[in-house]
Amino acid sequence: MDLVVNILIGIVIAATPLVFAAIGELVVEKAGVLNLGVEGMMIMGAVAGFATRIETGSPWLALVAAMAAGAIMAALFGLLTLTLLSNQVASGLALTLFGLGLAALLGQAYSGMSAPAFPRLSIPGLSTLPVIGPLLFGHDLLVYLSVALVAGVVWFLGRTRAGLILRAVGENHDAAHQLGYPVVLIRYLALMFGGAAAGLGGAYLSLVQSPIWVEKMTAGRGWIALALVVFAAWRPWRALAGAYLFGGITILQLHSQAFGLKIEAQYMNMLPYLATILVLVVISSDRRRLQSNAPASLGKPFYAAS
Amino acid sequence: MLRLERRKEASRSMLYATPFLAVLLTMAAGIVLFALIGKDPLRAISIIFFQPLTSVYGVTELLVKATPLVLIAVGLSLGFRAGIWNIGAEGQYTMGALAGGAVALAFYDQPGLWLLPLMCVAGAAGGAAWAAIPAFLKTRFNANEILVSLMLTYVAGLILSVMVFGPLRDPEGLSFPESRLFHDSARLPVLISGTRAHVGILVALVAVLLTAFVLARHRFGLVIRVLGAAPAAARFAGFSETATVWTCLLVSGALSGLAGLFEASGTLGQLVPALPVGYGFTAIIVAFLGRLHPVGILAAGLLLGLTYIGGEGAQIAMSLPSAVTSVFQGMLLFFLLAMDVLVNYRIRLGSRPAAAIAAEAE
Repeated sequence: MDLVVNILIGIVIAATPLVFAAIGELVVEKAGVLNLGVEGMMIMGAVAGFATRIETGSPWLALVAAMAAGAIMAALFGLLTLTLLSNQVASGLALTLFGLGLAALLGQAYSGMSAPAFPRLSIPGLSTLPVIGPLLFGHDLLVYLSVALVAGVVWFLGRTRAGLILRAVGENHDAAHQLGYPVVLIRYLALMFGGAAAGLGGAYLSLVQSPIWVEKMTAGRGWIALALVVFAAWRPWRALAGAYLFGGITILQLHSQAFGLKIEAQYMNMLPYLATILVLVVISSDRRRLQSNAPASLGKPFYAAS
Repeated sequence: MLRLERRKEASRSMLYATPFLAVLLTMAAGIVLFALIGKDPLRAISIIFFQPLTSVYGVTELLVKATPLVLIAVGLSLGFRAGIWNIGAEGQYTMGALAGGAVALAFYDQPGLWLLPLMCVAGAAGGAAWAAIPAFLKTRFNANEILVSLMLTYVAGLILSVMVFGPLRDPEGLSFPESRLFHDSARLPVLISGTRAHVGILVALVAVLLTAFVLARHRFGLVIRVLGAAPAAARFAGFSETATVWTCLLVSGALSGLAGLFEASGTLGQLVPALPVGYGFTAIIVAFLGRLHPVGILAAGLLLGLTYIGGEGAQIAMSLPSAVTSVFQGMLLFFLLAMDVLVNYRIRLGSRPAAAIAAEAE
């Protein structure tokens, strides 16, 4: 039983950074912008959060710093693609390459250090219950925040006027512009939300999942988050489910020895990447459905002619 | 108020001027960055961008670094022109090195003149095979080639690790996970004795010339341009998108694989887990900085090769972190993309002239 509980907790811990990054990118793509720089924003969040945690000791300031770092990176992407109208694919790649380099530069002073444990939820009476306690009431606080964020995005996109406008901008930016909505401003805001969320996802890696700073520690999770958005067909709850599915695959590799599997660790480490490809293939093969789900203006540059 | 006005045609002079502007801006930003982290900015810039050019060793090392960058970028540029985004060149490079290196190790006891050509074929085939996966999944299942090729890069690194820790490990090696040194006949001939400058440099030059010829004279050059600019028009003209995806990915995969083999056989002389050092990603910057043109890519490859050598020099001379190189490379791409606006738009002062509004209203 303990093993099962441990595995389930492990899945949650592996999934949470993906939840943050994917839900952020989902909102960005709903606004019609394709930001391939998630990996770069995550790694900047990871290093900013870690450095702030070490320097100030405050886990909350660390989260604020991580969100700010991600949002600044996203604003840089916005400057390139929204204001200067450059190619979104190339700019996203640039953001990732730049972020990985800058994070390594900034984090050099912190490599090898470890951060103190992150605060966990503790409800007297509930958190100490067997099985249910650790599974429902004993996680670190970011886990609850990530689920709340998904619920918040569902509510925002589906139930608020602002969410409707954001989706309109993503479906047809020319029409939204004609109606008088500030397309570029809305996209900047969406991008910065996505950046802040990716920053949180990165900080989860360096503050909770393995509280140390290592160069390139995001290891492709930003890219997996991008694939999750496609997998989820741009629906928030499905993105959450997808992230937990991936968490499960990641955890499989850690526990494969416990199941008596005699196989090189490298093969198990390939699983998340191979699973991403498999998922993409399954989801994308139905072209028509993919197209009907994707925001119609996704990735197209917007130039206000009048 | 500043305002953008779309040009009727992309400005050719801006197209060629902006890469130089981007380099200058990157140097300026670098000076600010070094000042911020408390290092002598001018000394750092001079070590990174000029010092390597003052010695024969520096220049030959520059050529050694530029070779994989140019080879990979030339291949990538074909796809980028057509809107086919292979960003997994790093993985194709790794698989090329692994396939070619495995051939070298398999025939360790039977060296001969035939060995090196066979390794080159295996290297190119390894890279092409790895690129064939995103090509197949894109054309058959519509799977996004950006994500698939990138995911495969991580897988390739892990396969290299499995092989170097296992079957390809040096039988007499102590605890190091690395292959044994290739036999002399499996090493790329050196151009200038006493340096690491190998014949792969010439192959990269040939690749540049061949690609320039294909782009200028062959139908394929037209097909990828049309496909990139107007996919619907390309379909109407009867150009096959499927064939183009396959061609672009196989060619860039083969060139990346060849670059990987050259690194293993020319520069290192063995297989090590740390073989992939990011050339596949830097080559993306090289392709854009070179404006997706083979000759431009040659120049851009030399410049980014310089940042590698100079970055190493700065690490030693000024104890700067190795990440400085990737920060510079990232900034360079940023500035270049930001300057692109000058190619397609004019920057105007003030509000819109009444004549333009009237013209549009008609």
